[in-house]
Amino acid sequence: MIFLSFAVRNLRRHWFRSLLSVIGIVIGVAAIASLGIMGNSINLLAANLISNVGDTIVVTPHTAVGGTFAGDPRTAVDATLSSRQVDEIRRAASPNRVIPVLQGADEVEFGRGESGYAQIIGLDPEDIPILLDVAAGEYRENQPGALVGTNLAREYDLAPGSRITIGGTDLRVAGVLAERGFAVDINPDYAIVVTEDWYTGHFGTRSGNGYAIAIIRVGDIGEIDAVKEAVETQLNRREDVVDIIDSRDVLGQYQEIYAQITVFLIEIGGISLLVAVVNILNVMYIAVTERVSEIGIMRSIGVLRRDILKIFLYEAAILGATGSAVGGAISAVAGYAASVAAVEVFTAGTTFGEGFAVFNPAAVGFIVFGMVFGIGTSILAGLYPAWKAAHLLPVEAMRHA
Amino acid sequence: MNGEPIIRFEDVSKVYSLPAGAVVALDHVSLTVDAGEFIAVMGPSGSGKSTLLNMMGCLDVPTSGKIYLSGKEISGMSDDDLTRLRRDHIGFIFQQFNLIPLLSAVENVEFPVILTAGREESRRRATEVLRAMHLDDALFSHKPGELSGGEQQRVAIARALANDPDLLLCDEPTGNLDTKTGTAIMDLLAAENRRGKTIVMVTHDPRVAGYARRRIQIVDGRLV
Repeated sequence: MIFLSFAVRNLRRHWFRSLLSVIGIVIGVAAIASLGIMGNSINLLAANLISNVGDTIVVTPHTAVGGTFAGDPRTAVDATLSSRQVDEIRRAASPNRVIPVLQGADEVEFGRGESGYAQIIGLDPEDIPILLDVAAGEYRENQPGALVGTNLAREYDLAPGSRITIGGTDLRVAGVLAERGFAVDINPDYAIVVTEDWYTGHFGTRSGNGYAIAIIRVGDIGEIDAVKEAVETQLNRREDVVDIIDSRDVLGQYQEIYAQITVFLIEIGGISLLVAVVNILNVMYIAVTERVSEIGIMRSIGVLRRDILKIFLYEAAILGATGSAVGGAISAVAGYAASVAAVEVFTAGTTFGEGFAVFNPAAVGFIVFGMVFGIGTSILAGLYPAWKAAHLLPVEAMRHA
Repeated sequence: MNGEPIIRFEDVSKVYSLPAGAVVALDHVSLTVDAGEFIAVMGPSGSGKSTLLNMMGCLDVPTSGKIYLSGKEISGMSDDDLTRLRRDHIGFIFQQFNLIPLLSAVENVEFPVILTAGREESRRRATEVLRAMHLDDALFSHKPGELSGGEQQRVAIARALANDPDLLLCDEPTGNLDTKTGTAIMDLLAAENRRGKTIVMVTHDPRVAGYARRRIQIVDGRLV
C-alpha cells in the first residue's frame, strides 16, 4: 500500500503532466468505445433493415458485369428472363414455388397535380399474398387495382380507394403494402405492384415481356443449395445465362461489409489510443529519469527491485484507469449520440429507425473493451520505464543526487 | 552477528572501465572491521573512500576478491538478498542527506520500517528515533525542503537507525553542516557507537575523524 500511495503522490506532484496523460487516454478510450458502439449500431440497423428472407433464391439474367446480387447497379442493363427460361427454372426448382417478377417504370399521376416516375412491379395475382403483406386495405385476386409501397403512399398521401394514373391508364389503389426494407428479391417500398395481366396489357411488347428476376421460395431451408445446384445445371449448361444467389449470400455480404466498417472504426479509435499510450510511455520515461537519485536512495535503504517496478506500474495503471473510467463514461454518452445520428442518416425517409434500440450488450462490450484496452496498454507503456527504473544500479543512481 | 568480524575484505579490487581507460578504485584491499568499532576512513578526493564504503554497504560489487558480512560471502547473493541485507542490517548516512523530498520527516524515517512492519509500528518507531535525535515534534510533518541542514541530517540518521541495524555507514556526515551542527551530529553518532553500533565513516576532516577509535588511510585505492 505504501507504494500505491507513493505512486499517487508522485502523480499529484506533477498534476498537470498527469492530467494531460489522462486526457490522452480519455480521448483514445472514448474514440474506441464510441466508434465501436456506432459500428455496432449500424450493424444492428442493417440486420433490422434487411428483410428476413432466409428461404429465398433469386435468379437474375446473367450480365457480363456485376451480377452478384440484384441490388448491384451494374445489373440494371436491359436483360430479362424469357418465359421459356422461367419454365426451365420451375422445372429445376420443383416442387418449390417460383415467382417471376416483371419490373418497369412509368410516369404516374398521383392526383392533385402531382406526378413522377415510379417503379412498376408486375406479379401473378396468386404470388402477391405469398410475397407481400398488405398494411392497409385488402387485396383480392379478382379485383383489379394497384398495391402501392408504403413510402410512396406516405409521400403522395395515398390510401385504399385513392386513384392514380399510370402512363395514362386510370387505376384504383386497392391497398398499401407493409414496409419491407432492403430485401434481396424486390424492394416495393417506393413501387407500385400490379397484376401480371395488367402489366403486360399496359406495357405490351415494350418490355419484351421478359422477367427481371425469378424468386424461388424454398420450403425447406436445408434444400437451398440443392435447388441452386439444380437451376444451375438446368440453365447454365453451356454458358452462363442466369446468376443464382440466395439471401444468405446477400446477408453474408452485408454482414461482412458492416463488420469491416466496425473494425475500421475501432482501428481509428485504436490509433488515437496508441498516441495516448506513447504519451504515457514518454511521461513515465521522464518520471524515471527525473527520479533516478530517488530510486537510488530507495534501493539503498532496502526497497526491492520489484517494489520499484510496482511504483511505476501503479502510476501508469492509475493514469490508464482514470482515463479509461472517464473515457468509458464519455463514450457511453458520445456513442449513444453518434449512433442516434447514424441511425437517423441511414433510415432517413423510412420508419425503421423508430423504436430502434441503440444499446445492446455488444455496445456495453465495446465500452468495457475500450476501458480494458486503455488500462492494459497504459500498464504496458509503463512496463519499460518501470523495468529500467528497477534495474538501475543503486550506486550509479545515487550519483545523480 | 557475533564472533565473526562484521566486515572482512579479502584482496578486494574494483576497476571501472571508462572510455579514457581503466580506473583502479580499490587495489587489493584486505581489512577487517569488528563489531562495535568506530572507524574513520580518510584520504584525498578520488582515493577510493566512497568505493570502499559502497562495497561495505552492498551497493557495489568487487571486480575481484571476496567480501564477508558477518561471515557470509556476498558475491553469490541475489540482488533481493543484498537489498534485504541493507534493509535489515545496514544504515546509510550521506553528505547530501538523501531524504525523499515527497515524504515528510516522519514518513522518511518510517519508510524502511514499513517495508517489513505494520503502519502503526513503523510510526511508533519513527517517532521514537526522531525524538532520540532531538528533532522537535513540530517538525515531524515537515518536508525535507522545509528543514535546515542539521535537521535534515538528524532525520537521515533517524532513518538509518529505524531498523536497528548492526552497521552504520556514513559518507561525510558533517560535510554540508556548520561546525556547531556538525559537532552535534557527531555527538549523536558517538552515542550510537557507545550503544553498540559499528560505525564506518568516510571523512577528510581530522576533527570529525577524532571521534573514531581507529583510522584507516587510503591513497590511490590502497590502504596505507
